[in-house]
Amino acid sequence: MTLAIETIDLRKTFAKTHAVDGISLQVARGAVYGLLGPNGAGKTTTIRMLATLLRPDGGKALVFGQDVVAKAAQVRNRISLTGQFASVDEDLTGMENLVLIARLLGFSWRDARQRATTLLEAFDLAGAAVRQVRHFSGGMRRRLDIAASLVRAADLLFLDEPTTGLDPRSRNQVWDIVRAIAGQGTTVLLTTQYLEEADRLADRLGVIDHGRLIAEGTSRELKQSLGGRTLHVRLADPSRAEEARSLLQAALGGVHAGHEPGLLLAKVNDDERVPAALSALAGSGLAFTEFALAQPSLDEVFFALTGRSAEAKGEEEAA
Amino acid sequence: MNQAFERALSSGPAPAAPGGWSAAVTLAWRAMLKIKHVPFQLFDVTVFPIMMTLMFTYLFGGALAGSTGAYLQYLLPGIVVQTMVFLTVYTGVGINTDIDKGLFDRFRSLPIWQPAPIVGALLGDLARYALAALVVLTVGFILGFRPEGGIVGVVLAVALMLVFASAMSWPWIIVGMLVRSPESVMTTSFLFLFPLTFVSNIFVNPDTMPGWMQTVVSVNPVSHLASASRGLMHGNVDAGDVIWVLLASLVVTAVFAPLAMRMYYRER
Repeated sequence: MTLAIETIDLRKTFAKTHAVDGISLQVARGAVYGLLGPNGAGKTTTIRMLATLLRPDGGKALVFGQDVVAKAAQVRNRISLTGQFASVDEDLTGMENLVLIARLLGFSWRDARQRATTLLEAFDLAGAAVRQVRHFSGGMRRRLDIAASLVRAADLLFLDEPTTGLDPRSRNQVWDIVRAIAGQGTTVLLTTQYLEEADRLADRLGVIDHGRLIAEGTSRELKQSLGGRTLHVRLADPSRAEEARSLLQAALGGVHAGHEPGLLLAKVNDDERVPAALSALAGSGLAFTEFALAQPSLDEVFFALTGRSAEAKGEEEAA
Repeated sequence: MNQAFERALSSGPAPAAPGGWSAAVTLAWRAMLKIKHVPFQLFDVTVFPIMMTLMFTYLFGGALAGSTGAYLQYLLPGIVVQTMVFLTVYTGVGINTDIDKGLFDRFRSLPIWQPAPIVGALLGDLARYALAALVVLTVGFILGFRPEGGIVGVVLAVALMLVFASAMSWPWIIVGMLVRSPESVMTTSFLFLFPLTFVSNIFVNPDTMPGWMQTVVSVNPVSHLASASRGLMHGNVDAGDVIWVLLASLVVTAVFAPLAMRMYYRER
């Protein structure tokens, strides 16, 4: 089966910046693929090339097997784009915005109005149908924006930073929407700066930095590439940390102190050895108030890959 | 998610993509909606010419033409021209806003005739120009403007202005794609449009101007448009002026339209 997206050594240079510097990517049909990276990493440029808005300088990009340059018209027939900013007309009402897109897609006036009504209801915007978009909240605007991308069922939906700038409630709504869209079998390519978002929505992730794909895989694979999980133990009596440390060191190896007194972190390469380590602590009368076996967060993954925190980098560049 | 949502997602078969003309008309409809929702924009650009009409007519009219009534007959067709020429900037402002808000990206990613967003904007703007002309003409009529060429003359004059205005829109479309904000489109335009409309025969007969300025005025297409409009509205048109305007429109379009389309396809 042909892939939904395939890029081979894709490149784009603006002036002297290599915005996209040789990205090779494969996205299976029906998948939710997350492109993760800080601001300016090349996520938007990649999406714009795939959506036929930018011409690649080098390499190749295929959408459902069709070249985005040579077969741009065919590609546009299969895709739908939700850009980085809610790209709806602020002067128009919610209804008018959707009718506009439906008309452009070839719906008759009657069908366009009907389709718009259905979408407004589904996206919880029926009450705002006749209100100008400029009076919408950020979350409403984003929902309308996504609704506009769904006027016609597309096979591939691009979502460029769908939740940037949204409050937590709106973010959750958008997440539900994305899951429902994916549940219908639509392939989704989304970009995000938020590690949590990528973790929750995407089946596979690509980590982009300076226009290059620096890591790729499922969220689990990326985390495992860091080498297993970490046992967190919080001692009831912090003064006995040294004693506990040597016991854990003997049972698991690779122990280091956490950033709070009494908190110990031990690297776990084999989960089965965890119970024995905990019994050893208990057997010596070392009580602990909590313990957890945690996967490294995506933030730790990003840090391990680039030596910087993803979110801090984003703010730095945005400033 | 709820059932309404599931239902909304399974939209059934999509209709066939519309023709280029249909897409452009839809986008022109969008421009009409903007006039409906933001009528102030129209008011904004007609207030200035109406103010000019009142000031020039009642302050200088008597001195310039013997009586305010006589001056109004001379001035008003030119004021309509000025209104429309100033309005052409809004085409560039609109394009700039659409690019800035990402609407152009959305339109361009749709399976539509690719020039439709530009052509649609232009079509919509023609309606806006005509509406503004109607507003200024109505005020003129109330003040005592009586076109001897009758309604046909007025309609023909407005039609000629629309031809020129659509040509003048192209350079603004280019500016709209080049500069960063709608405000800079406006600022750029004033530097250009004030001399273009004032150094013309819209306000006064150029006979009393210094020779070099008379030369400038006589090659300014706006002068010819004002003369042609005056002629058509009062039923004594000089065909030379009309031809001049049509030629100027043709040249401006031939130079700037392909350039604008090239820039539109060029990526941002």
